[in-house]
Amino acid sequence: MSYIYYPGCSLKSTGRAYEESLLTVFDALDVPLKELEDWNCCGATAYMSISELKAFALSARNFALAERQNGEEDYAEMVVPCAACYLGLNKAHRYLAEHPELRETIDRALEAGGLKYNDRVHVRHPLDVLINDLAPDKIKALVKRPLEGLKVACYYGCQLVRPYADFDDQHDPQTMDKIVKMLGGEVVDWPLKTRCCGGSLTGIVQDVGLRLSYILLAEARKRGCDLIVTACPLCQFNLECYQSRISGIYGHKINIPVIYFTQLMGHAFGLSDEKLGLKRVFVSPSRAFSKAEGGQHVHG
Amino acid sequence: MNKWQGWRKIRYESDLDPHFVDEIASIPGGETLYSCIQCGTCSGMCPISPYMDYTPRQIIAMIRAGFRGEVLSSYTTWLCASCYSCTVECPKDIKLTDIMYATKRLAIRGKVYPKRFPTPVLAGEFFKAVEKYGRSTESWLLVNLFMKTNPFKVFRQMGLGLRLFSQGRLSLKRESIKRRGELKSILKVLEKEHMVKSKDELVSAGKEVA
Repeated sequence: MSYIYYPGCSLKSTGRAYEESLLTVFDALDVPLKELEDWNCCGATAYMSISELKAFALSARNFALAERQNGEEDYAEMVVPCAACYLGLNKAHRYLAEHPELRETIDRALEAGGLKYNDRVHVRHPLDVLINDLAPDKIKALVKRPLEGLKVACYYGCQLVRPYADFDDQHDPQTMDKIVKMLGGEVVDWPLKTRCCGGSLTGIVQDVGLRLSYILLAEARKRGCDLIVTACPLCQFNLECYQSRISGIYGHKINIPVIYFTQLMGHAFGLSDEKLGLKRVFVSPSRAFSKAEGGQHVHG
Repeated sequence: MNKWQGWRKIRYESDLDPHFVDEIASIPGGETLYSCIQCGTCSGMCPISPYMDYTPRQIIAMIRAGFRGEVLSSYTTWLCASCYSCTVECPKDIKLTDIMYATKRLAIRGKVYPKRFPTPVLAGEFFKAVEKYGRSTESWLLVNLFMKTNPFKVFRQMGLGLRLFSQGRLSLKRESIKRRGELKSILKVLEKEHMVKSKDELVSAGKEVA
């Protein structure tokens, strides 16, 4: 099966490490991802606040392009790593199927741009592909540096599993947990795995946003986790880049590495830090990693 | 003589807007709004409700009662981070996150959102960039946001910004799609269409039926 990769705006900027590690890991697993040609913004949260119709039209253009790129094959399997893009595209996918009036308007708009959408797209998250499409032993077979003794908190965030995803449980998702276990790591019982990190409020309404991130970090620390893994560029940014500011504001020193689950996979596969974007971090995971390797410091 | 006691807090029937609820309910799936039982599950689930001026449950009650001005100028709608907790847990399947989007759109159309509050400004800047280039460039989005809300904040965020630049996580290069014309013609068709019908449209539609 071939997959079409939809990066979204964040994976080309603050979330570059997510793109780098995703492509490297999928390559190692022999699952090629081909970037969608001339993709546009998914119509995320901020766009939805101005025009819902235009947000749906933006998603629909991506679907039409994916079908075209897919050629004769039945369904275009569109892999969307960013949680916000995944939600936006998935929502549009569902609304276009369920509301004929909306569909008619969007079809008319696409036609003006010389495009057509024929419902032959599946919106997929990389976690969904890894757990449901790959043979169960494929990931385990590649592990060269098992994460023994590493305590990992899996943070799914809000928009990945709510409300339209059907590949995982909305209250207690398990796909990332399964992957961490396959890599030999220990999953920390951390009930905040789908609680909101504050989204864009951390940057713009900090009194509210930073506290939401703080709640997550403080609880992870209390439960003794060495590392947080996430599947969303905004969650990663909030939990990592504001850590020093959060420590200052709440008088509680917090220093927990927050990386993408794909970076953790790549590390366990024995791939280099450069290829996984592990140089682009504020809080280095090297101490946590060396713990998994029996205390030997291997990262400079 | 009686001391002046401030603006009156109660609303008379004539102050309310009876069409407001229908306006909000005109979004796809919006009719579930009429079946709210005021159980408060949404407010209980919402991680931000302690910071809101009206809780999500109150917002629904106010929409249904016709408190148009209070709802559209509240901070609640702009603090909603769209985490969908309420939507998933609502026992009556009310898509409350979508309703929050509807109130955001009406507040922007009616220009009644809290002035210089950064969330609506962010939405506006994001919209403009995507309309023009098809993609958003994070660096420019932030620069424009701070210039329009609080220019001094640029300096406070400078350290973080420089660190991101040095790690290659921010760049001033504009992201853009190639076929901007194609996108422009698609969006142009939708220029006059709104998913939430305005008050005038609803009133005239009502007259046509009558």
